[in-house]
Amino acid sequence: MRHATSIVSLGGFAFLAVLAAAFAHDTAFANHMWVLAIVLVVFVIGLLRRENFQRAAPIDQSAYMDGPIRFGVIATMFWAVVGLLVGVVVALQLTYPELNIEPWFNFGRMRPLHTSGVIFAFCGNALICTSLYVVQRTSRARLFGGDLAWFVFWGYQLFIVMAATGYLLGISESREYAEPEWYVDIWLTIVWVAYLVVFLGTIVKRKEPHIYVANWFYLAFIVTVAMLHLVNNLSMPVSFLGSKSYSAFSGVQDALTQWWYGHNAVGFFLTAGFLGMMYYFVPKQANRPVYSYRLSIIHFWALIFLYIWAGPHHLHFTALPDWAQTLGMVFSIMLWMPSWGGMINGLMTLSGAWDKLRTDPIIRMMVAAIAFYGMSTFEGPMMSIKTVNSLSHYTDWTIGHVHSGALGWNGLIAFAALYYMVPKLWNRERLYSLRMVSWHLWLATLGIVVYAAVMWVSGIQQGLMWREHDEQGFLVYSFVESVAALHPYYLIRALGGALFLAGALLMAFNITMTILGYQRDEAPIGGALPSLQPAE
Amino acid sequence: MDYHTMRAFADSWGLLAMLLFFISASAFVFRPGSRDASAEAALIPLKDDRDER
Repeated sequence: MRHATSIVSLGGFAFLAVLAAAFAHDTAFANHMWVLAIVLVVFVIGLLRRENFQRAAPIDQSAYMDGPIRFGVIATMFWAVVGLLVGVVVALQLTYPELNIEPWFNFGRMRPLHTSGVIFAFCGNALICTSLYVVQRTSRARLFGGDLAWFVFWGYQLFIVMAATGYLLGISESREYAEPEWYVDIWLTIVWVAYLVVFLGTIVKRKEPHIYVANWFYLAFIVTVAMLHLVNNLSMPVSFLGSKSYSAFSGVQDALTQWWYGHNAVGFFLTAGFLGMMYYFVPKQANRPVYSYRLSIIHFWALIFLYIWAGPHHLHFTALPDWAQTLGMVFSIMLWMPSWGGMINGLMTLSGAWDKLRTDPIIRMMVAAIAFYGMSTFEGPMMSIKTVNSLSHYTDWTIGHVHSGALGWNGLIAFAALYYMVPKLWNRERLYSLRMVSWHLWLATLGIVVYAAVMWVSGIQQGLMWREHDEQGFLVYSFVESVAALHPYYLIRALGGALFLAGALLMAFNITMTILGYQRDEAPIGGALPSLQPAE
Repeated sequence: MDYHTMRAFADSWGLLAMLLFFISASAFVFRPGSRDASAEAALIPLKDDRDER
């Protein structure tokens, strides 16, 4: 009767969800509660089928707890494919407006589905499963809290499903990367606190005296995201059985809170957490310690102290006070230092082992990820300079920048971590195919290069067209003319995205086959030594 | 505490406190004897052999 409590409480919550649907203040909320009730009933059925009435075998408390991590790896892979697929769909919707199918599948609802799908579903699952993997192995301790880690995993999936279905039903707070409404936000808060308890508890009971630097980055990510989420989502619901709420802030304060959140979602979710990945998986795969451990500590403190102030650069030339805009710009530029320090630290970990680049496609993928980290953290501060921003703001250049960071850095380092973990987690000798990893890397890199390059061209063209004026000061182009001019670029962008998606599909196949226990018969990368020919 | 006092505090004492914390954290990294300690800490992920076969 291991799952008795879960089954009873989930059944109770499913009943409450039906009640909430019956007494809902608005139709959208009623529909959303029906979705919740169905999902909870599915959970209950799943648990009932797994229920076992025999006495459970005692758990080996000295072994690592890898069950939730295995599920996390599969969820990461699944959401990566879903999120990237939706990305290609929205790219095509921008190219061919007929693809907007009202009301559920128009661009306005699909775009947050894409952004949340890749950031929270794909990257979030990657962060949760790698952090729980790394913290056990660098603390030499089993996860704290027993089944709490399972609650974190399934609770987080429920958050993703509720957020995603909410967007399609038209439920949105309209805050970028924080679109879920108040009740979904409250649920995420509960899950996040449980995650913090599991992670911190494991660190507290560690057998290794020192806390390895990867855990510092992961912990900074967990704590800061909790703070950002709570402050940015301070809002008052219209009704406790309704899907609408209003922010506690208004006007420019609201905008600044939102971008303080939004930029630090980049800084702590997509940077600090993923640097934790870099500081564990790169040394592991290269089988060498990090280039400079002391640099990694300085990297940590500098990144933490600077990132949190950079948000106002999203609000250049708005009603935000000038000093705040300048502050955002100055701190963004200072971020060059820790970003490049971290990049050098990651790359130089390979010094003395550069030959591995030829034979190990996973190392190659990690190096490509770190190179993209360096490139996009160079581009970002440059774009935050007001002079540059006056051209780049609101254009596709920003979109290109985000994608070179998200696909290049987050995508590739997360894929590399998955490739590293899967054979270990499932006790396989090696991956199904290393050559497919190489194909994945090149498809992904080509996709990113196509995507970023075409967005530079289209963004700069857009910016120049918007500001072009004749000698009497009249604007030369109407807005819609700039939209029409971008059509070919949007088509090429969709192609770049499709290439990246193709790489991810190859990964899904490769990892599935590895989990199932197959090994592809293939020549090792780097080839055999050429056989010696006798001299004539 | 109104907005202006808070802002004035943030851009004077608050800023100074954070700067001092950062400088001392960075200085601590280079304290005598830290070379060996950090070289050892860098080996933590590589020491774990339970995974390796």
